[in-house]
Amino acid sequence: MKRMGILCCCILTLVLSSLPIRAQQPAASSPRAPSAASASSSDSAKAVADKLNQLDQRVTAAQSNADNAWMLVSAALVLMMTGPGLALFYGGLVRHKNVLAIMMQSFALMALITVLWALVGYSLCFGGSGPVIGNFQFAMLRGVGVMPNADYAATIPQLTFMIYQLMFAVITPALITGATAERMKFSGTCLFMTLWFLLVYAPMAHMVWGKGGFLNASLGGRFPTLDFAGGTVVHITSGVSALVCALYMGKRVGYPKQPMPPHSLVLSFIGACLLWVGWFGFNAGSALSSGGLASSAFVATHFGAAAAALSWSLAEWLKNGRASALGAISGAVAGLVAITPAAGFVDPMSALGIGFVAGAFCYWMVTKFKAIFGYDDALDAFGVHGAGGTIGALLTGVCARMVINPIYGDGKAVGGFDGHWGQVGNQIVGILLAWVFAIVGTIVTLKIVDAVTGVRVTEEQEIQGLDITQHGEEGYNLEA
Amino acid sequence: MMKIEAIIQPSRFESVKDALLEIGIDGMTVTEVRGHGRQKGHTEVYRGREYTVDLLPKIKLDLVLPDNLVNRAVETILKSAKTGKIGDGKIFLTRVEEAIRIRNEERGESAL
Repeated sequence: MKRMGILCCCILTLVLSSLPIRAQQPAASSPRAPSAASASSSDSAKAVADKLNQLDQRVTAAQSNADNAWMLVSAALVLMMTGPGLALFYGGLVRHKNVLAIMMQSFALMALITVLWALVGYSLCFGGSGPVIGNFQFAMLRGVGVMPNADYAATIPQLTFMIYQLMFAVITPALITGATAERMKFSGTCLFMTLWFLLVYAPMAHMVWGKGGFLNASLGGRFPTLDFAGGTVVHITSGVSALVCALYMGKRVGYPKQPMPPHSLVLSFIGACLLWVGWFGFNAGSALSSGGLASSAFVATHFGAAAAALSWSLAEWLKNGRASALGAISGAVAGLVAITPAAGFVDPMSALGIGFVAGAFCYWMVTKFKAIFGYDDALDAFGVHGAGGTIGALLTGVCARMVINPIYGDGKAVGGFDGHWGQVGNQIVGILLAWVFAIVGTIVTLKIVDAVTGVRVTEEQEIQGLDITQHGEEGYNLEA
Repeated sequence: MMKIEAIIQPSRFESVKDALLEIGIDGMTVTEVRGHGRQKGHTEVYRGREYTVDLLPKIKLDLVLPDNLVNRAVETILKSAKTGKIGDGKIFLTRVEEAIRIRNEERGESAL
C-alpha cells in the first residue's frame, strides 16, 4: 500500500512538473543571447525543484489528513467501548441493586485514567526507550503537539496518537470490574485502578508497544512479541488481574447457592453490540493509519467475532439443547478478545479459525473451569479476557503472515505459518511476562488498597446493594 | 358475604375478567403474585449456571360478593380460567363478616 502511494506520488509529480517546462520552451527557442538562455534554464530547474517540494508537502499533508481522520474516529470508537459498551454489557449482567455501581466504575475510569494519562500516564507508556517502562519525557504532555512522533505514527499528530492510546488505558482497568462486581467499595475501586494503572498497565504497554520495550516487535525488543491491538497489554493483564482480585476478595454473599441471574440481558445485548462496533476502532485503528493494514485488521476483527459467536452458541446448544442470547454475545466478545493481538497479522481464514477456537475455549473456561475451581469471577472477566487473550496471543504466533504485515522486513517470515515457529516461543515469553506482571502487580495493589481504604464492602452493604450504599441512589425508581 | 380468592394463570386473566363482567361482576382487586403448587418450575442457564425458577408468576383476584352471586361467580371463573393443565391455580372461599364503604360509611352487602 505504501509503495503504491509512493508510485502514485511520483507519477503525479512528473505529470504536473512537466507543465511549467513546456511553458518555458517558447522562451528558450526565441532568438536570444546564449547567456540569457542558460540563465533561463537554471531558473526553470529551480522552479521545478520548488514545485516538487510543494507537491511533496501537499502529498504528505493529504496522507496525514486521511490517517488523522480515521484515527480520531477510532479513538472515539474505543471510548464508546467503555461507555456505553462495557458499562451496559456489565450493567445488564449484575443484579438490579448493583447496576449503577458497575456502570459508575466504568465511567469513573473514563475520568480518572484520562487525568492520570495527561499527567504521567502517556509518558510512562510511550516516553523514552527503556526496556520496562517509559520516562517523564512527556509528563504533563510536554512536547506533545500536532507534530507526529515518528517512532510510533509518522503521519498523524502526536496528539492524536496520545488520545487514541489513552482510550486503551481507560478500558483495560474497566474490564477488571467484571470480576470484582457486586462487592467492591467505590473508594477502593478508585485507588485500586490508579495504582494498577501505574504498576501493571504502564509497564506492560511500554514493554510491548513502547520504543526499546523488552517485548516490542518493531522497535528493538529482546523478545519481539506480536500484539497488534492489545491481547497481552489489555486482555491478559486485565483478565489475569481480575482472577487475582476474585480470589483475593472471595465470593459474593450467597454464591453459588443463591441464584444471581443477570437483571437485564437486554442491556447486555446492546452493550455487546456496541463493543463489537467499537472494536473496529480498537483493532483497525491500531494500524495507526488508514491504509490496507487497517482494512486487513477490520476484516479479521469481524470474522473473529462472528466465528466465536457461532462456536460458543454451538457448544451451548450441544450441552444444554438451546442456544442462548447471553451465550451468543459472550462468544462474540470472546472472539473479539482473541482476535485483538492477531488482527493486522493474520488473513481472514485464520481469523475465522482463531474465533472458532476462542469461542469454544472461553465457553469451557466460564462453565467448566470456573465451576471446578469455585472462584467467583462474577461477570467472567478472567474466563473471557484472560483466557481469550492468552489463546489469541498464542495463536497469533502461529497464524501471523508476512504477506499481511511484514513487520520484520520484506521477505522475512513472521509467524509459524510462514515457517518462523520461534515466534510462538516469543509469544509464550510475552504471555508469561504479562501473567507475572498482572499477578504480582495486582497482589501488591490489593494489599495497599486493603490497608488504605479497604477493598470490600460490609456484608450488610453487599446485601443492600452497592447502588444505595456506595452512591446513595438507585438504578430503577419504578414508583417515581 | 363471601370472599373469593382466585389464583389463576396470567394468560387467562383477560378472559376471566371479561366473563365476570358479563355476569355483572365489575368490582375486583387484582394482584400479581408468585407461587407454586404442584406445577414444577423451569430451569434457566446463564453461562453454565443453572437456576431453578420454582416460583411462577400468577394473578390473584379478590372479590367479595353477596351470597346469591357466589356460585355463579365460581362457575364462571372455573370455566374461563381452565386450560386443563397443571398450574391452572385454585379458588378459595371465605366468609366475610363486614364490608364498609369508606366514602359514605355504608355497611353490609350494600357496601359491595
